[in-house]
Amino acid sequence: MEFFNNHTKLFTTAFLLFVGLTIFVCIIPALNNQTNNAPLPFAQPLSEEAIKGKAVFISNGCVACHTQQVRNVDMDKVWGERPSIAADYADNHRTDFWRNTATLMGTERTGPDLTNIGSRQPSKEWHLSHLFNPRIVVKESIMPAYPWMFEIKEKKEKGDVSVSVPEEYMNGEKGTVVAKAEALQLVAYIQALKQTKLPGDAPQPVFLYKKTGELTTDGKSAAPKELNGAMLYTNNCQSCHQQNGEGLKGAFPPLKGSKVVLDENPELLVDIIMNGYSGREKEGFGAMPAVGTNNRLKAEEIAAIMNHERTSWGNNAKKVTADQVQKLMDKVKVTAK
Amino acid sequence: MNTLKSLIVVLLLSAGTSFSISAQEVKPVVTHVSTANGVVWLLTVMVLILFFAALYVYRKVKQIKRFSDKSDQKTAQLKDYLNSMDARQIEAYLKFKKNKSENHGRQGISVLIWLAVTLGLSFFSNIVHAQGQGAQRSFWAEGGVIITLVLIAIPILAGVFIMIMKIGSLFKVYQNKQILEEAERLAAYLRESETGEIEELLLKRKKALDFTLSHQELSGDRLPEDSKGLLQQVNTNSVLPLVAAKKRAIKRPPIDPALSKLILWFIGTAAFWLIFGTTVGEYLGIKFVAPDADQFSWLSFGRLRPVHTNAVFWGWASLGMLGLGYYVVPRVSNVPLKSIKLGWYTLYLINITVVLGTICLMAGINNSGGEYREYIWPVMLLFGIGLLLTLINFIQTIASRTTKEIYISNWYIVAAVIFAIVIAIVAYVPVWQDGLGETIIQGYYMHQGVGMWFMLFTLGIVYYFLPQQLNKPIYSYSLGILAFWTQILFYTVIGTHHFVFSSIPWWLQTTAIVGSVGMVIPVAAGTTNFILTFKGGWYKLPSSYTLPFFLIGIIFYFTGSLQGTAEAFRSTNLIWHFTDFTVAHSHITMYGIICFFLWAGIYAVVPRLTGKEAPQITIGAHFWLALIGLLFYTIPLMYGSTLKGMMWMQGKPFIDSVVFMAPYWLWRAIGGSLMWLSHLFFVYNLYKMFTGSTTVDIREAAIEKLNQSYTSTESSL
Repeated sequence: MEFFNNHTKLFTTAFLLFVGLTIFVCIIPALNNQTNNAPLPFAQPLSEEAIKGKAVFISNGCVACHTQQVRNVDMDKVWGERPSIAADYADNHRTDFWRNTATLMGTERTGPDLTNIGSRQPSKEWHLSHLFNPRIVVKESIMPAYPWMFEIKEKKEKGDVSVSVPEEYMNGEKGTVVAKAEALQLVAYIQALKQTKLPGDAPQPVFLYKKTGELTTDGKSAAPKELNGAMLYTNNCQSCHQQNGEGLKGAFPPLKGSKVVLDENPELLVDIIMNGYSGREKEGFGAMPAVGTNNRLKAEEIAAIMNHERTSWGNNAKKVTADQVQKLMDKVKVTAK
Repeated sequence: MNTLKSLIVVLLLSAGTSFSISAQEVKPVVTHVSTANGVVWLLTVMVLILFFAALYVYRKVKQIKRFSDKSDQKTAQLKDYLNSMDARQIEAYLKFKKNKSENHGRQGISVLIWLAVTLGLSFFSNIVHAQGQGAQRSFWAEGGVIITLVLIAIPILAGVFIMIMKIGSLFKVYQNKQILEEAERLAAYLRESETGEIEELLLKRKKALDFTLSHQELSGDRLPEDSKGLLQQVNTNSVLPLVAAKKRAIKRPPIDPALSKLILWFIGTAAFWLIFGTTVGEYLGIKFVAPDADQFSWLSFGRLRPVHTNAVFWGWASLGMLGLGYYVVPRVSNVPLKSIKLGWYTLYLINITVVLGTICLMAGINNSGGEYREYIWPVMLLFGIGLLLTLINFIQTIASRTTKEIYISNWYIVAAVIFAIVIAIVAYVPVWQDGLGETIIQGYYMHQGVGMWFMLFTLGIVYYFLPQQLNKPIYSYSLGILAFWTQILFYTVIGTHHFVFSSIPWWLQTTAIVGSVGMVIPVAAGTTNFILTFKGGWYKLPSSYTLPFFLIGIIFYFTGSLQGTAEAFRSTNLIWHFTDFTVAHSHITMYGIICFFLWAGIYAVVPRLTGKEAPQITIGAHFWLALIGLLFYTIPLMYGSTLKGMMWMQGKPFIDSVVFMAPYWLWRAIGGSLMWLSHLFFVYNLYKMFTGSTTVDIREAAIEKLNQSYTSTESSL
């Protein structure tokens, strides 16, 4: 054909076809998205410290393994209260002259999603230990260690943030592990990663492909059968208190043989789960976040977790019921206020 | 007989229903696709077994029928038996006849038994043959459903098996009876014949059977001589070969040495980046198994991962493709390359890009995390300029072509360079990158980079080298054109299928999925075209060391691309998205397709440029290690990540899925090591092709010596 034997016509046509399609499926949608989405009204802009932390996150390529998107499918419910929407990313702009915008949505989930990590795991102590070497707190983790964000000092100086590191992770070195600025900035960023509440009148996005039958964190969908306390414990508590319930020396107190856990009256335990606890900071233990409230645990889920804690690792206390827990939850809510 | 027929009908019916049941089961159980797959497999195998069983029974029935029909015909049949007797049998018969005249009829019964056994044997061999097909078993077993199904299937299959054995033995009894009757008739016929007619016939037959060749029928008495010089590389010293000897590259007219040098540098630096990039990749694979292998910031996983991907993309694959492109474009235009100097600039620029990019990434300077877009813009700009220079060079070369047509290779190659420039501009211009705009661009960029740059360019290379290596034209030019335009049409829109279920617009996700399905057209067209080009040339496959690379590339082109389509569906995205399945897929495509095609092209072109070939045994080692390594890499990863995705769907704790993947990651590291090893062989081969063999050719050396002595005598005179 004549047309195909003319290189100008042939390559121009191919070029125009490609560019035309590019404009329609890429450039116009991209422009539309950036002009038609604004940050949510309650969205908290990142603090200066957190912005620096985001830069640390970017430069170490954390996005290779950590996504920051809750998809609108049921299985992603564990990562956030609602599916992510375009407005969640609207406040991302070009990083600087050299570097592009960082929405950091990611394409691989070799590690957990971080959309809501600030709510799920707000403990600074935990994150610092975890960054120094993830296997300190999560034995099975394959995340890299980031020791270069820390320094080992003979003595902690004023203003230093020390990190609790068991001896076997010190590589034979003696002293106190102290977080450098970049570690603290990174943790500030991680702590700032929280899903913003949607305004009350906005349409709520829904999770698709709902499961029927078994359930994990959603109390509504199943018959009133016994929940899997061990699994709920893994999801909500294990990263600090560990699978064996022994916690981590100098960072997270043990639940095994704990007076609070074994107490005949479960009120204090419910209180701690719902409102957090900082009563043992003097002993060197980190403050516990309000896990129950942050993760929106239901009474029956908390009951399952408590029963797991009260009957595992040699613990032997009476089981509690969901009703009992519900009552205590109402009570501690009042006292918390 | 009727019962047997009805039996077959029942068997076929049950096979059919089990199929339809399985088809129904697959649909609603979205969460258990893998298990459903297993069910389909298992049922397919069962149906096959039943089908073969039915076929076997049907054959038996027919044989019985044929036997009973035969009993009517008499002497004509018996004469046939005479013709099919072998020399030994004839001898025995003649002896019998001789004896008979002396000793009447004593051996009758023994002959009878002997004949029966001979006839029976031929039938027995039939039975054995048919039985061999009954036993097939699926190794694809997973999940409780499968186990249950297997448990149900075992007694059913055992029943079928026993039934067939029964029918078989019944048939044998009947058949033996028939054979004995037949033998009786034959024996009677032989015994009773008094004339010498049969003996004469048999003697003649015996003579024919005893005939042997003199071994000089074709050659005659003259000594062999190759007066036309048709025989090459005759090996008189035959030993048991370790590997099959393949054809050597055909000597071609010399290519402009300046161009040769440029191309070799492209290929050489590409090989360097292959080794570098895959060493990094290999190390990353090890880090999945041993996360504390080192604790240096420059070597941490998050920084090295883009180093690996970018080095193999922009370093190895891009430079390799361009090197081959610089050979193909002027060749099919039938003119010299417009500017060799511009070619060198491209080479420098791209190499500098990868060096700088790698250093930046390891130092923690990146473009904010979009995959394959990690090089910051000042670095990627060099790459873009390099491509622009190449584009100008290529288009000017094509513009001055002396052929009327633009050969299809040049369509693909030039279009790929144009598109790559467009893609890079779209990806780096900061106007449309705020908020989710960045993600939409990212989806477009990463997929167009793969499909419009690597795939399109490589296809262009295949359209030249495959027909050339097969020494026949491409099967269909029209299919190539169809694939070209449909690739542009569909591939351009599929980028966002990497963000299915994310917060980018739903319609855009759907468009991407539809486009992914549309990709079936160019892929099927391309594959068909390549495979049909092989038609009539398959015999060349075993004797060539480049064609196997092409064939594997074609196979992965088909399977890898269609796997991409399958992955794009919403239902499969549920299971596979975010898991290592994506990693396996990208290796099937970038490695299985692109790398294998590139190696094929390199092994085809370098001997033409240097006149030297690599040892065939190390080429074979490269091929097999790469292929087996890739399979070890991808299959466990796909299997493991499917189960991982299902664990996520079941709401299992995340860390459980990490622990679960450990053995599959180990397999990935093993497969990766084999792949890496194959690259060492590749580089060795390249070295051999560059510098030539160290073994001295006796003939060459002798002639050299002669020349030397001639010139020395000349000068002394």
